[in-house]
Amino acid sequence: MCTMIARQVEVEGRGKGPGGWFTVRQANVSYDHPFSLPLEHALNIDFVNEAQGPGARVAVELTVESARTLVETIQAVLTRAEAAGYLDRAQARTQSPT
Amino acid sequence: MYQTDMYEGMLAETVTMHGANGDVINTYFARPLGPGPFPGVVLIHHLPGWDEWYREATRRFAQHGYSALSPNLYFRDGHGTPEDVAAKVRAAGGVPDDQVVGDVGGAMRYLRSLPYINGKVGVFGTCSGGRHAYLTACRAKGFDAAVDCWGGRVVMSREELTPKQPVAPIDYTKDLSCPLLGLFGEEDKGPTPEQVTRHDEELKKYGKTYEFHMYPNAGHGFFYYDRPAYRQQQAVDGWHKVFAFLQKHLG
Repeated sequence: MCTMIARQVEVEGRGKGPGGWFTVRQANVSYDHPFSLPLEHALNIDFVNEAQGPGARVAVELTVESARTLVETIQAVLTRAEAAGYLDRAQARTQSPT
Repeated sequence: MYQTDMYEGMLAETVTMHGANGDVINTYFARPLGPGPFPGVVLIHHLPGWDEWYREATRRFAQHGYSALSPNLYFRDGHGTPEDVAAKVRAAGGVPDDQVVGDVGGAMRYLRSLPYINGKVGVFGTCSGGRHAYLTACRAKGFDAAVDCWGGRVVMSREELTPKQPVAPIDYTKDLSCPLLGLFGEEDKGPTPEQVTRHDEELKKYGKTYEFHMYPNAGHGFFYYDRPAYRQQQAVDGWHKVFAFLQKHLG
């Protein structure tokens, strides 16, 4: 079925699509029909820039288990980076005009 | 029934038509060559978008003698590959029901305006398009037959209602104005067999003309030959049922 379970979150970053790198402004997360993964439903993440049209999109379709593992891994990596002080330094560099 | 010595020809192209609010919609149109008269069918595409499967299905209806029209219901979200556009719509929670009813009603009026239509027009849809086919057959007068293939969320809980989908289609059942064919799979999670039973009971309650078929060993989307959900025997039988039903009510 079409679950219509979807959320959009504002993000800052860059993504590489068919036309090369572009500025990513939003991430669309859904649990619904995937286009390519051979499952009825998947955890789909589309990194997009809505201002640049539907083609500005980097798509991934994950199994539920993979999605959960990815979330845990991102959190673990960020926790480790934070503990090592990298996040503070990265934040400072981002805010500095130099 | 096609015979090997029969002439056969088809015209298939994109055209434009007017939908909800008079908006101009790009639409895939396929029809048999010849003066007709031909019955008409509006095809409502699924959540994966206005894609190749739907253009093929549109031509399939033309090959079976129908003037078939498949509007791009996602055109308001921009143009690009069908996947990219559909992904945008998926993220936005689909398209508004009122808008779909307006667009599909416009497609029906477009078909009725053609000189070679036999005066009968049906509506066909799969997945979200199956839900939309049922919804439109209830809300837009003028259809002569409707085919709902595994349309989920016809039965909706209060928590599932949204500003775009504010009313569960089952709640419009008393207004269904044409015969209905429903094809479903026992292994589908939406609609579940229990939801189909509830829909069946509602149709009975209002004395509607309908036939539901529940296929064993099939789930959601068992017509889609390019997906693992494809079930050959059920799909072949399902297509036979679709064309027999439409021949009976539109032919």
